[in-house]
Amino acid sequence: MAELNIAERQAGDITILDMDGKVTIGEGSVALRNTIRRLLGEGKKKILLNLGGVGYIDSSGIGELVSSFTAVNKEDGTLKLLNLTQKIQDLLAITKLLTVFDVFENEGDALSSYN
Amino acid sequence: MREKETKFSIPSKIEAIDEAVQKATGFASDAGFADDALFGIDMAVREALANAVKHGNKQDETKQVEITLVSLDEAMEVVIRDFGEGFDASQVPDPTNPENLLKASGRGILFMHNFVDKVEWKRHPQGGMVVKMTKNH
Repeated sequence: MAELNIAERQAGDITILDMDGKVTIGEGSVALRNTIRRLLGEGKKKILLNLGGVGYIDSSGIGELVSSFTAVNKEDGTLKLLNLTQKIQDLLAITKLLTVFDVFENEGDALSSYN
Repeated sequence: MREKETKFSIPSKIEAIDEAVQKATGFASDAGFADDALFGIDMAVREALANAVKHGNKQDETKQVEITLVSLDEAMEVVIRDFGEGFDASQVPDPTNPENLLKASGRGILFMHNFVDKVEWKRHPQGGMVVKMTKNH
């Protein structure tokens, strides 16, 4: 089984990526990178990463979140985060990235924030 | 007192990291560390191995990464050696500085310091870098 599974769904013009697994050095980070690249290529620039199923992330995975964020911003898009586990929230606090990302606990709130 | 010690090595490839991390956390579990501590050991060892494989040995699969796990009365030590050119850990930019926040890499050492009690770097006399991480009970 893949290290990270990413399921995609649309809510209007917002693409939600439901991520399940590990975002670590190697396969998991690459899967996220490729998905974001493809979405941007398709002109999908409003992206919500649902990390509720991600139980583990390392510095490479955090780096991939940052790269995704900057890649989407560069295309005048918006990338936000949803459903962080406590551990991921702690890691984003340690790295001071909670000040960078828009983070939501509720999908409805996240979706309405794009308007 | 040194209660138990084990040594092994892995080739310098990303795919080898997971199994080595599992060996380290298994060793830590046997040594009596609880879940929270095991998570920290997992994180720190994964980051140290990623550094050794990527930045130390530059994924040259002819070079090994050597891992030594030591269980002491009061702590566990993880010693990781690569065979690269070495670096000065004090010169690594702080990833939490505002100008570095959006960089894609450079957070591994921060995680290592955060998840174990002590991190010491030194150059091995026969070449390469050695990092020793200590997790107290």
